[in-house]
Amino acid sequence: MNEIKTPRGGSNYQWVGKNTPRPDGVDKVTGRARYGDDMIVPGMLHGKILRSPHAHAKILSIDTSKAEALDGVKAVVTSADIPDHPMAQPPYPPIVNDFHDISRNVMAREKVLYDGHAVAAVAAISEEIARDAIKLIKVEYKVLQHILDPREAAQPDAVVLHEDLFTYGVEPKPTKPSNIFRVMHGERGDLNAGFAEADLVIEREFSSQPVHQGYIEPMACIATTSEDGAVELWTSTQGHFVQRTLLSKLLNMEMAKIRVTASEIGGGFGGKTTVYAEPLAIRLSQKTGRPVRMTMTRSEVFRATGPTVGSKTRIKVGMKKDGTITAGEAEIWYQAGAFKGSPIGRAVDTFFSPYTVANCKAAAYDVCVNRPKVAAYRAPGATMACYPMESVVNELAKELGLDPVEVRLKNAVKEGDESLMGTKHGRIGLVEVLEAVKEHPHYKAPLGDNEGRGFAVGYWLHGGGLSSAAVNLMDDGTLGVATGNPDIGGSRSSMRAMAAEELGVNVELLKPIIADTGSLGFSYLTAGSRTTYATGMAVVNATREVIDKLRALAAKKWDIPVEDVRWDAGQAIATDNYKDIKPLSLKELAGMATSMGGPVAGHSEINASGQGATFCAQLVDVEIDPDTGFTSTKRHTVFQDAGRAISPDYVEGQMQGGAVQGIGWALNEEYIYDDEARLQNTGFLDYRMPVASDVPMIDTVIIEVPNPNHPYGVRGVGEPPLVSAPAAVANAVENAIGQTMSDLPLSPPKILAALHAQAAGDD
Amino acid sequence: MTDRHAGSGLESRGTKTLQDMNYEAPTSVEAAVAALAAADDEAHIFAGGTDLLVQLREEMIRPSLFVDIKRIIETRTITVDDTHVRIGAAVTGAELSEHDAAKALLPGVVEAVELIGSAQVQGRATVGGNLCNASPAADSVPALIAAGAFAQIAGPNGLRVVAVEDLLAGPSRTNLSGNEFVVSLDIPKPTTRSADAYLRFIPRTEMDIAVVGAGAAVTLDADGTCTAARLALGAVAPTARLVPAAATAMIGKKIDDTVLASVAAAARDACNPIDDKRGTVAFRIHVAGVLAIRAVKIAIERAEAK
Ligand SMILES: Cc1cc2nc3c(=O)[nH]c(=O)nc-3n(C[C@H](O)[C@H](O)[C@H](O)COP(=O)(O)OP(=O)(O)OC[C@H]3O[C@@H](n4cnc5c(N)ncnc54)[C@H](O)[C@@H]3O)c2cc1C
Repeated sequence: MNEIKTPRGGSNYQWVGKNTPRPDGVDKVTGRARYGDDMIVPGMLHGKILRSPHAHAKILSIDTSKAEALDGVKAVVTSADIPDHPMAQPPYPPIVNDFHDISRNVMAREKVLYDGHAVAAVAAISEEIARDAIKLIKVEYKVLQHILDPREAAQPDAVVLHEDLFTYGVEPKPTKPSNIFRVMHGERGDLNAGFAEADLVIEREFSSQPVHQGYIEPMACIATTSEDGAVELWTSTQGHFVQRTLLSKLLNMEMAKIRVTASEIGGGFGGKTTVYAEPLAIRLSQKTGRPVRMTMTRSEVFRATGPTVGSKTRIKVGMKKDGTITAGEAEIWYQAGAFKGSPIGRAVDTFFSPYTVANCKAAAYDVCVNRPKVAAYRAPGATMACYPMESVVNELAKELGLDPVEVRLKNAVKEGDESLMGTKHGRIGLVEVLEAVKEHPHYKAPLGDNEGRGFAVGYWLHGGGLSSAAVNLMDDGTLGVATGNPDIGGSRSSMRAMAAEELGVNVELLKPIIADTGSLGFSYLTAGSRTTYATGMAVVNATREVIDKLRALAAKKWDIPVEDVRWDAGQAIATDNYKDIKPLSLKELAGMATSMGGPVAGHSEINASGQGATFCAQLVDVEIDPDTGFTSTKRHTVFQDAGRAISPDYVEGQMQGGAVQGIGWALNEEYIYDDEARLQNTGFLDYRMPVASDVPMIDTVIIEVPNPNHPYGVRGVGEPPLVSAPAAVANAVENAIGQTMSDLPLSPPKILAALHAQAAGDD
Repeated sequence: MTDRHAGSGLESRGTKTLQDMNYEAPTSVEAAVAALAAADDEAHIFAGGTDLLVQLREEMIRPSLFVDIKRIIETRTITVDDTHVRIGAAVTGAELSEHDAAKALLPGVVEAVELIGSAQVQGRATVGGNLCNASPAADSVPALIAAGAFAQIAGPNGLRVVAVEDLLAGPSRTNLSGNEFVVSLDIPKPTTRSADAYLRFIPRTEMDIAVVGAGAAVTLDADGTCTAARLALGAVAPTARLVPAAATAMIGKKIDDTVLASVAAAARDACNPIDDKRGTVAFRIHVAGVLAIRAVKIAIERAEAK
């Protein structure tokens, strides 16, 4: 299915770049895989959370006595059971983990700040009793005015969520509390001069709605406490080590006393990067001395966990007749939700960074509103900034009679260029991606009636950071490959492929697992498209340590210097000086290891750097039903620089998945609130993500411009395909109906209204 | 820790205990009526359960009794005689779509039922359940109304017959008394050059609930003049409704674009929708007209092909 373009020559690898069956695949399709909710522990209790029916209210009192008195109820917790923490102080890191906020998000303290905000939790001997019990908890509220729109919430007279929040990063220092937590800026060149140089300047406003990650598995966890106060937690998460850090700080517990095991995970897309019910399950378990399981319903997931931000944008871009982008200016307001911390830095970096715009300026505002605190979603913060910029670049190209791909090629960043936030690019593949678009038959394919074609390109700087891995050789010559990163997109397969490639043995000899927090060094989240890059490096290091030990073992056996032993194709081989020494295979060496010095294992703990930018472009054809405004996606091709596709099938899967999520984001997905800011669509029936029949087969073109900083040239691939997808789909809609559309989602009522307005204008 | 797959499967998963809820599965209409008569207000007829079990889980209902009607032969059969097609109330979507005669005679009703849910839901969801759940957006209902269906209702005083459009009282409400249930749906057998059709609008392609639904049935004479017609709409008012003005616009005429424009106008006039999570008032009214025209056109094509 996938087409792979490797401009810098192919590879002779045996496992890297080949599709090998996914080690977790069969268990998943047969239902055997164990997800968060699949664990049962003898004596366990069932936890349930009482949630606020109000979007913004003061909590006057909570009376849990009736619930506690109910037969079968073993414990009740409220914010009194969760430690409070002081507010984080500047200077703030790019991602603020403020335990003052986390404590209040997992359990409302002075106020409830969104519909679904947790106010109390119960553990009982059955789910039914727990459900009945939470209804017996009496909460007195004083309902306050709520606010949802980020731009309105940013106004000086807006109702304020946090009386103790003062905008950071503005001069003079504010004396009045505000919903704006901070403003981030990026600037270079001379904006006025840049706009003066342009032959055409377009300024537009855009908006996008918060969207849900759409993982299939709701959050679920089970916590147990032992006599010494140590806690074991089994949970569906994208990062159990990060969970341990958060829980230890939040609950004032020693890290070593929290052991977290990541269950098999049914999707996360950024949504499972923080804690929700886990601290409550732990507290309930500590109070009762019994295991406590908490599984969220789908409706709880929608009401109370973080989706991505909604946004409002104002953007102005200038272009010369030859397509040179001379200047760009953008302002964006992000709906952080109840607590600060939306991904504004990524917005600033995303707007102009695919292009060598000499003069540009971007500002992003992190604004609190009465919605759940946002979480990450696949390329957090980038997609909503890519959409306005790409839309305006497309419009400029169209008005100036230029080809949209040529315009990008004219302005494309290359090695040595810098992003607006100051990332200096190494070897990157934007030009190669754009050339692949031009060569593809989709680009020039004819369109039918009511059809339109869209194009967009997106930039994403993937992650590196902390990762650990261990490779353990067993007596029989098989190996365990342990990492600390939950496998969401097929990483076990890729880890195994890289280790097998290093060792020169069959992948089937290696069993990849995800180790718990007690068994391995720290590993940051499976997020930021970092796992195959960073954890992959740790796996390669650990495997090389195994190889070095095996060479030493052979040297000892042969009684020759280790420098005279090389490793090739799964065996230790003495150099040509030793003609009569026969090579020793991995299996032979494994058999003799324990009696000749001890077990053989390698491990690696690293802070991976050298990650690079990934570019992804998309071509989309849509057809609009002019009578109903219904959009159907007819053809969709994704072009992405993967550096090196370790497992091409899963790279293709990432590209297709990102495209599908982008189609949903662009066309139908939105949270619908009533006048009281209560969520109306709390399930997938009315939260309209695409279903299989909504999308065409998504074609993929994998471009390989290897990243020289990774042993196999990997770039992160998970997030980039979502960055440009909504922009490309929206552009296709614009071209199909012949007018600009600026407010996502482009749902049928909006398209129909636009068509009717157009018809009225034509009369 | 152990896990479910490793064998400690005896642990209760703690789902709702069914202790204070009874279940009966009578094998005759009379026994079902008697069971309902003996029960309190919280007794529910149980067909496929695809609405009921969702409502139970969401605690919208706290039933005292489920009367499962699937063992009553009359509710489970499809019969075709000289004048009528009779569809048992507990016939599932999957069964109906495999019934060749029903498909040939009532393509509109069958395509409406086939739109309900997915393959999995189709195996359980029934025609009677779709009707009696009384959702304004239920897919089969406009099609049944267009096809002129009557409900055969069993109760303490025997059977009564009510036109489908008269059975609906409002969102989630029917005119059935607590002791009654629908045994079957009787649809006049279409004559030659007579056919029906159903269309719905959803923003996706499946697994969604109608934002607008339109069922149409037309009868043409030899030269193409419309001699009988019915149009019904779903999701645009508290109940699915018949649009008599649309029929008036068609009957006695050859259905050309002018007639179709009047049909659309009549459809739009009949709308009394709400703004909700599924659609807006303006959108629903406009699309009701669009779907009315399209459904009528398909019905005509089918009638002409006969
Ligand atoms: C995933 C999913 C997707 C769905 N998609 C659609 C869709 O696209 N379109 C649509 O219209 N619906 C849809 N539904 C709703 C549902 O499947 C249909 O309404 C279905 O036809 C109900 O039939 P049932 O036999 O399951 O009814 P049940 O759940 O058994 O009963 C529904 C109601 O009708 C009553 N009832 C049932 N039979 C009788 C009878 N003979 N006499 C009197 N009262 C009776 C019951 O007491 C209950 O109140 C969907 C449901 C699910 C879960």
